[in-house]
Amino acid sequence: MGEFLQNIVDALSLGSMYALVALGIGLLFGILRLINFAQGDFITIGCYALIVPSTDVTARMLIGAWSWPALIPSICLIVIIVALLTYALVFRPLRRTPSPTLMIASFAVSYIIQNGVLMIYGSRPKAVNLWAGLNSPIFIGGLRLPLLEIVTIAVALLLMAALTLFLKRTLLGIQMRASAEDFRMAQYLGIRGNVVIGLAFGISGLLAAVVSLLYLTQSGSLSHVMGVPLALYAFVAVVIGGMGSLVGSVAGGFLVGIIVTFLQAYLPPDLRGFRDAFAFAIVILVLLLRPAGLIQAKNVVERV
Amino acid sequence: MSVIAEPFLEVAGVHVRYSELVALRGVTLTVNEGEVVCIIGPNGAGKSTLLAAIAGGVALSKGTIRFRGQSIVNTSPEAIARLGLSLVPEGRHIFGSLTVEENLLIGASRRGDRRQATKDLRRVFDYFAPLKERRANPAGRLSGGEQQMLAVARALMTRAPMILVDEPSLGLAPKIIDQIYRILLDLRIREKLTLLINEQSSHRVVKYADRIYVLRAGEIRLHGTATELRDGIAIKEAYFGFNDERAASS
Repeated sequence: MGEFLQNIVDALSLGSMYALVALGIGLLFGILRLINFAQGDFITIGCYALIVPSTDVTARMLIGAWSWPALIPSICLIVIIVALLTYALVFRPLRRTPSPTLMIASFAVSYIIQNGVLMIYGSRPKAVNLWAGLNSPIFIGGLRLPLLEIVTIAVALLLMAALTLFLKRTLLGIQMRASAEDFRMAQYLGIRGNVVIGLAFGISGLLAAVVSLLYLTQSGSLSHVMGVPLALYAFVAVVIGGMGSLVGSVAGGFLVGIIVTFLQAYLPPDLRGFRDAFAFAIVILVLLLRPAGLIQAKNVVERV
Repeated sequence: MSVIAEPFLEVAGVHVRYSELVALRGVTLTVNEGEVVCIIGPNGAGKSTLLAAIAGGVALSKGTIRFRGQSIVNTSPEAIARLGLSLVPEGRHIFGSLTVEENLLIGASRRGDRRQATKDLRRVFDYFAPLKERRANPAGRLSGGEQQMLAVARALMTRAPMILVDEPSLGLAPKIIDQIYRILLDLRIREKLTLLINEQSSHRVVKYADRIYVLRAGEIRLHGTATELRDGIAIKEAYFGFNDERAASS
């Protein structure tokens, strides 16, 4: 029983991470019909921004050495700026192109970021020790839980609540939802497309920055492709959640987290190496049963 | 004091082409401040294209459009909306997942002042009482007539002095159509609106419009005041192109 509860917390923690990445991807898809594979690389940048730029094998902390009240906003700011730059330089000029063009462009951005990191920081993975205290366990009713997992879940819930409030209660948030539903009509009503899209990129950057800190604290290792699997699983989460639905993206994120964690825990040891194959088999099964995803968005129509 | 006022909206020699297909070939029309002008024409005549072109949603291949003396060619839809020209497009395009009130607030986003928006909301609910009752409902649940009201109300929230309405009667029952026209004409007087309205059928339009243009196959075939065209014979000929056939066969 204890082990099962432990697995639940693991699953929710991993799911929170996927849900945050999926939200970043889902937000941009909703507004721009862009499937942004570079979302994972925004995370990579958030991680690398912590250390001194150099190709040395050992990492020396730069921003990572600051106390958290300075560290967190700095990393958020850096990743938000990178996200906005990709919009200004790449996606804004391509704004009116079809969805597949945008997706290919996001692959290009992804490779450019990866290779940029490779050039500046070198190709070898580096060990980084961020917030070691969070990796110590806490005990709740005889249950041994890593503090980091609790923090991850709490932070994810907090961000989702904040995003929900923003989208429901503020004029800008309502404008974003309207633009996601019918971009052209929103423009006919005078909503500035660049403001709304820029805001979506900014929020995606913020989400990526938070994930980068949580992910690095847990993994303790930097690599120029570290964000790729996160983006891939999050993309899967967006698809099974239902393209264009943010609630779907979150639900998909948690579902993927649960599938991956429970396969890891309960597959026979011989088969655990093939965990991802089983995970994707389940994904295919979900899509066969619900081709449009768990939650169907109302307005995933081609943009005119 | 100048006697001849400049037209509020001036469309001159407008051509629009969708790749191979020519949708508009040299359309010229004017709308004066405070007027209600209707464009009528059969399906596929280019009426929607014309309104979309004015609102900045479709690029011109030739011609000029001026709104209150200012050229609005090659201007983005959002910029044209901010100049005070609001389009109620065909099919209404309400935001179905947003509430009625949120839809209206989107209309007010041009100004971004929430307090003023709340004031305008009250003003708009005066005209559209059924919307007030349903203000917290998702707009997608409204009936067709209510959705059309919402689309007009949302345009009103932009405080645009000129509203373009694309086929307000599409898919609605005659009683509801009359109700919507009554509201539009009421708005025209009380809000000093200038209106340019597309319609497929002429019989209501001759009652409500000041002037009428007949558009067929991308060209203006007839133009006159509603009084001049009241008997409907000239309209019918222009609409169906009887004159063309006569000319072709002779």
